[in-house]
Amino acid sequence: MNSETISPGSGVVYTETVIHSAPEAFLDEAPYQIAIVTLESGRRLTARILGDRVHVDDPVEFAGFRDAVPCFRKRT
Amino acid sequence: MRPVAVVGIGKTPFGALAGRDLRSLAAEAARKCLEDAGVAPAQVEAFYLGNFAGPSFVGQNHLAPYVASAIGITGVPATRFEAACASSGSAFFHAWSAVAAGIYDLALVAGVEKMTSQPTPKVTEILASAGDLCGEIRAGATFPALFAMIARRHMHQYGTRREHLAAVAVKNHANGAKNPDAHLRKPITLEQALNGKPVADPLTVYDCSLISDGAAAVLLAPLQRASEFAARPARVLGIAQTSDVVALDEKDDITTFQAVRRAGEKACRMASVAPREIEFAELHDCFTIAEIIALEDLGFVAKGEGGPYSADGRTCLEGEKPVNTSGGLKSKGHPVGATGVAQICDVVLQLRGQAGERQLRRHSLGLAQNLGGSGATAVVTILGAA
Repeated sequence: MNSETISPGSGVVYTETVIHSAPEAFLDEAPYQIAIVTLESGRRLTARILGDRVHVDDPVEFAGFRDAVPCFRKRT
Repeated sequence: MRPVAVVGIGKTPFGALAGRDLRSLAAEAARKCLEDAGVAPAQVEAFYLGNFAGPSFVGQNHLAPYVASAIGITGVPATRFEAACASSGSAFFHAWSAVAAGIYDLALVAGVEKMTSQPTPKVTEILASAGDLCGEIRAGATFPALFAMIARRHMHQYGTRREHLAAVAVKNHANGAKNPDAHLRKPITLEQALNGKPVADPLTVYDCSLISDGAAAVLLAPLQRASEFAARPARVLGIAQTSDVVALDEKDDITTFQAVRRAGEKACRMASVAPREIEFAELHDCFTIAEIIALEDLGFVAKGEGGPYSADGRTCLEGEKPVNTSGGLKSKGHPVGATGVAQICDVVLQLRGQAGERQLRRHSLGLAQNLGGSGATAVVTILGAA
């Protein structure tokens, strides 16, 4: 499967954190949020959260890949 | 399989040790250990070195013979073990296996890490290489972030609170203040712990272990020869190393470490003891939530009760199940490759009655739990007075 071309669809936040102390590669982006998202298929993946902060159990939708990292945003 | 004893222990102080290199730290711990046992380097039949990231932190590879020769050990097998923060726990397990199998009589195990020569963002990046670089780390996760996500889910499922996490930090700082070899000998208040600088929500600096330099060593021998050595021996009653997936998002439930559960069960079975009989423990508190989960996974408390149990003071020096009397990774320090063996040293100190100000009254049966990464390696060892 080419993860660059297939959309994971929507899902629910299983857990999340806002990172303040970033590794060298992401120093400019801190603070930023990542989450483990449970997809409709039941599979989980670790994603970057764009836009509003999300909490456990929030519904989220796929918002594209950025540097091969899946991004999600809160579903409104 | 024959019974095995720890017949010597040695440690350097832990801390930001400017001017000390990896090799001299490991050699100091090893020399202290051999002196403790009354054994000459030439008597050692095999050398096991636990080290997580020497090649990244200081650029040196081929570390085991490099360190062994500084101790005066040459000509025998010298091998490095890497299992993230359980590197020296794994080295200890493999040395124990060889002595128990009758391959060697005298096996020296050392653990070492030199971390403070790199700036914190670089250290963060090197530590993150113990995670899944193709998934969670590429998404921007750090190790504190992985444990923050574990904490967040544990809070969600079991009602664990920030105060519970903070209680672990306060207790470990209080213990570490009594340990002359600890990195940070400074008690903290609950209020301080709750209001620390955020690292990865809900974890603050007070939930995170320290970036330290240091080394530790132990000498293993068959129990039947234990009386030949200078120090009071401790018997390895039960031990197990187990593994699990690396990536958090591949686990069904991130609020438990299956590897720790299995290792704990196997070690207890080998030792023929129940978790409630264990009198004290050194648990892998790389983050405060990890100590809470270890209490649960080892069967000391029911699932979800680790937080309230800690906040009730049951794990403090005067409690029913003292945990991390050394100060733990939080206060003693966490030179990652040294941690597993350092835990064994701290359990043996208690068993011998040599733990000074933090000596427990009940000290005949102790446990050490060493965790690699976010749970992909676990080593659990149960030790008793020989």
